[in-house]
Amino acid sequence: MMHLSLLRSHGLFLPFIKRCPDIKVCRIKRRSQGCVSTCTVIRHRWMKSISPVRDFSSNASEKESFDMSEFPVERIRNFSIIAHIDHGKSTLADRLLEITGAIAKTASNKQVLDKLQVERERGITVKAQTASLFYQHDGQTYLLNLIDTPGHVDFSYEVSRSISACQGVLLIVDANQGIQAQTVANFYLAFEAQLTIIPVINKIDLKNADPERVEKQIEKVFDIPREECIKISAKLGTNVDQVLREVVRRIPPPTARVDDPFTALVFDSTFDHYRGVVANIVVFGGRVSRGDRIVSAHLGKSYEVNELGVLRPDQHPTQTLYAGQVGYIISGMKEVKEAQIGDTLYLQKQPMEALPGFKPAKAMVFAGMYPMDQSDYTALRSAVEKLTLNDSSVTVQRDSSLALGAGWRLGFLGLLHMEVFNQRLEQEYNASVIITAPTVPYKAVLASAKLIKEHGDEVITIINPAHFPERSLVVKYLEPMVLGTIIAPDDFTGKIMSLCQNRRAVQKNMFYIDDHRVMMKYLFPLNEVVVDFYDQLKSMSSGYASFDYEDAGYEAAELIKMDFLLNGQPVEELAIIIHKEKAYSAGKAICERLKDSIPRQMFEIAVQAAVGSKIIARETIKAYRKNVLAKCYGGDITRKMKLLKKQAEGKKKMRRIGNIDVPKDAFINVLKRT
Amino acid sequence: MSFMYDIFFYSLWPRRALLRQHHALQCLGRAVASVRLRSIATHRLPPHADEASLYVHWPYCLKRCSYCNFNKYIPRSQNHGVMTECLQKETQTLLQLSQVSRISSVFFGGGTPSLAQPSTIAAVLETVSKNAHLSDDAEVTLEVNPTPAGKASLKDFVLAGVNRFSIGIQSLNEDHLRTLGRDHNSQHALLTVSEARTLCPGRVSVDVMFALPGQSVKSWESELEKLLPVCDDHVSLYQLTLERGTQLFKQVETGELSVPGDDVTADMYKSARRVLENAGLCQYEVSSFAKNNAVSEHNIGYWRSNQYIGVGPGAHGRFVPRAVGGAQREARTQTLEPDVWIREVQRHGHGTRRRIQLDHHGLLEEVLVMGLRMNEGITQQHWELFSPEADLQQIFGMSENVQELQAGGLLILNDRGLRCSWEGLALLDSILPTMLLELETFFQSRVSAETQTFRET
Repeated sequence: MMHLSLLRSHGLFLPFIKRCPDIKVCRIKRRSQGCVSTCTVIRHRWMKSISPVRDFSSNASEKESFDMSEFPVERIRNFSIIAHIDHGKSTLADRLLEITGAIAKTASNKQVLDKLQVERERGITVKAQTASLFYQHDGQTYLLNLIDTPGHVDFSYEVSRSISACQGVLLIVDANQGIQAQTVANFYLAFEAQLTIIPVINKIDLKNADPERVEKQIEKVFDIPREECIKISAKLGTNVDQVLREVVRRIPPPTARVDDPFTALVFDSTFDHYRGVVANIVVFGGRVSRGDRIVSAHLGKSYEVNELGVLRPDQHPTQTLYAGQVGYIISGMKEVKEAQIGDTLYLQKQPMEALPGFKPAKAMVFAGMYPMDQSDYTALRSAVEKLTLNDSSVTVQRDSSLALGAGWRLGFLGLLHMEVFNQRLEQEYNASVIITAPTVPYKAVLASAKLIKEHGDEVITIINPAHFPERSLVVKYLEPMVLGTIIAPDDFTGKIMSLCQNRRAVQKNMFYIDDHRVMMKYLFPLNEVVVDFYDQLKSMSSGYASFDYEDAGYEAAELIKMDFLLNGQPVEELAIIIHKEKAYSAGKAICERLKDSIPRQMFEIAVQAAVGSKIIARETIKAYRKNVLAKCYGGDITRKMKLLKKQAEGKKKMRRIGNIDVPKDAFINVLKRT
Repeated sequence: MSFMYDIFFYSLWPRRALLRQHHALQCLGRAVASVRLRSIATHRLPPHADEASLYVHWPYCLKRCSYCNFNKYIPRSQNHGVMTECLQKETQTLLQLSQVSRISSVFFGGGTPSLAQPSTIAAVLETVSKNAHLSDDAEVTLEVNPTPAGKASLKDFVLAGVNRFSIGIQSLNEDHLRTLGRDHNSQHALLTVSEARTLCPGRVSVDVMFALPGQSVKSWESELEKLLPVCDDHVSLYQLTLERGTQLFKQVETGELSVPGDDVTADMYKSARRVLENAGLCQYEVSSFAKNNAVSEHNIGYWRSNQYIGVGPGAHGRFVPRAVGGAQREARTQTLEPDVWIREVQRHGHGTRRRIQLDHHGLLEEVLVMGLRMNEGITQQHWELFSPEADLQQIFGMSENVQELQAGGLLILNDRGLRCSWEGLALLDSILPTMLLELETFFQSRVSAETQTFRET
């Protein structure tokens, strides 16, 4: 287990909890009691491959081998639950597991599928989980495969993976809060995948519940007749059985044929320390059994199936998996990249065309990560490696900063993704790190044929400001855009509009989803929402506004590179790429931060922000003129010598720019997320 | 506890053979270390090993000052006889240990040494004279609290052998004196200075403090103007330092009192330097001003890194324990608590609690740090005494950082030596870390160069 003996920099990551729509602080507190044991669960799960903590009911402990041939395609339903954060997705999953006997009905079943500490603390799902349920309906046993999905669009990659294995979704909406930004985003993901959508209004037991209003919203926003909504209380179990009935009734079975040659889609994979890669698959055709030789279409490598089975939600080995079924497969793959998500598996003796896969996850937010102390680099590296094994959507690039030492530049799908990664690093590996302010990937369209030849492409992506090409070398710069959805009570419309305007956003549309709530769509530069947009939106709307965004491509933008100078010397690690309009305010703010965090020295220090050769902001750190003159009592120079030598040692660790000693703290203050 | 005693007692009187054995073991360590030992450390004893100054600490005070965190005790009762015996005993032990033949100056500090009986002072001086040469005109300073009682005994102290007084008047402003928790007023201070000047004309120093709570540059200047006509030929200037754990620290922390900011205290120091210089009191060290060359010889001894022997609870010393075959200077500290110190002296003849050997590099660090406190800085000749193998130019001349300090007008390195400019003196503590790093760099490059030579031969 990892032990980086360091200060725990909770402060770096916690703010997002506040900012994250609809996560209630009280909930976090309540759950924090379970932290220690939850932590153990995770480690056991990944390091020893068994999950000793969740000792499920008799069904699970017997571990009988199911004969999966009992479930023909007609009696299979594959579905997901999608919802805005905290609308009760995981609680509903718990109830479904209980009703179908996958887990015993006890009071302690809370978010059984949310295995990570961070998931339980934040009430979100990060990593999709799968559970196969056996459900009796009209005298027949149905196999219902519930594929749990992350609730946040940062994890929409996971969502779309899950959705590809499904034919239908349960769209959960809180009966009190109504449709929120992520409800909309998730709806469209399912809608575009042409899945059957069953709207479920949850929490009807709440005092302020207003299911009728929410029905109307669903009708208006999603164009789903209100009669189709199922009103439930997952907490109390009210009408949950109806949900299962409707799953069987409304969601079509998978269109897979057991007579076809075997093909399966890998929709998730995890790494098990002892058994190697565990791939979660959905069988699109045919059957696969233990001992079969299979081939991965992506790499063309062949493997023998050592073990396969269903997830209930823990692993139950079976002999065979048949068309339409969902399960896991272990076949001696040693690295996660061998089980590429979206890859197709087929039998060696019956080669097949690859199924359409997934777009690879695209990192949209980048941040530098450095160990608090360089001596912890190795330990941190192994922590990062372990964590990325199970989250292949994080891109990792080695980086080093003159001020912060060796580290990495990590790419995340979004801000929440970044925070969750950091929190997992802290909680599961006890690591403490410095995270720099997030940046987004810009692009430049090169002007000359020579440059294009040099780079091998007309368009280059710029992650590091040091690689920002000069204006004269490019036709134009491009910045990533997102389409943001904001849902808020109409009292706040004015304020929200001016906030968005300040963020260079362009309004796309706006309409009332009910009498008081407005849904606004804005096209934002991604850069404008990655830093503190959530915070401001939340605080100006007293917490009522929700926000979500989706990728909206790139647009041309007037970008410039801004340097920061100390007495005329540029400080490489502080350079930023920024929109022309924002240069002045950002330059001034960073100069002020530098002024406050660099200690006064023997010489005056000019702190400047510069665009090219033009200085656009300046602060001055005045020289100090005198040290403290303390009396040297009775020849006691030992104390004085000690102090001076400590200062001399400290000086060694400082980054020297020109004649200025800049302590690491100053860089951290300026670079880190606020 | 007894274990610790054993160690230090045993190590204090090792046999010569044992020490040599220790050396041999060190030499076995690494080739690099042995080279270094051969080339640097085997040269003769540090300079002036034959003489030292003596510091005697009197740990008692009548009252706790609100700013002081120094080693002092407010005794319920006090046995002057025992204290005298122990000071004498420790003086004798350490003088013999150092084998110095001459004591150049004596300083009685505290605490409040003017609370000691003049006979105690006389007895200690007597002991010094018995064990080493103490010239008749050697400087013997006593710190004095300017209370009526202190004033009354000045004459007896002179008779006991004191020939210089350092009077802690601190301030001539009654409010400030109250804030500082002093047990005298400005009237007492003036009378005491006057009496001292009569007794030791030209050999009286006054300590004054600035950056006091509520003080402005203007009020500080007017205080100085008030002081000039009454003071003698020496003034020591200190800035009030807020020490953790003192009453004043708490008062400032809770906002009850506030002290002037950095820019104000810089102005105070600057104006004091100007006012004193105008009055003919020349600055010769960061905190010290004198006219008619009435410098404190004892303090100059510290700044020139001469040997000194510290006697009394918590006293510090720097000398070569030649009687036990020592070849290197040691930094020594005596036991802090007076009662424990007394028991140790009675039992072992001394109360040395800590001994740290100063290697060649360590000694040069002190020479540098202390020497730069003086206006004259470190002369080439002075440096050569301690570092015959590398002169100031070799060590500091090529350094960019030093050149930058010179260009900034803070430091001067030339044929005469190394010193701070007028502006640089106020920033000494910021200059020193740079200088210490340069010294270290020089030593490291030297060791690696010698390792190279060693490999080649």
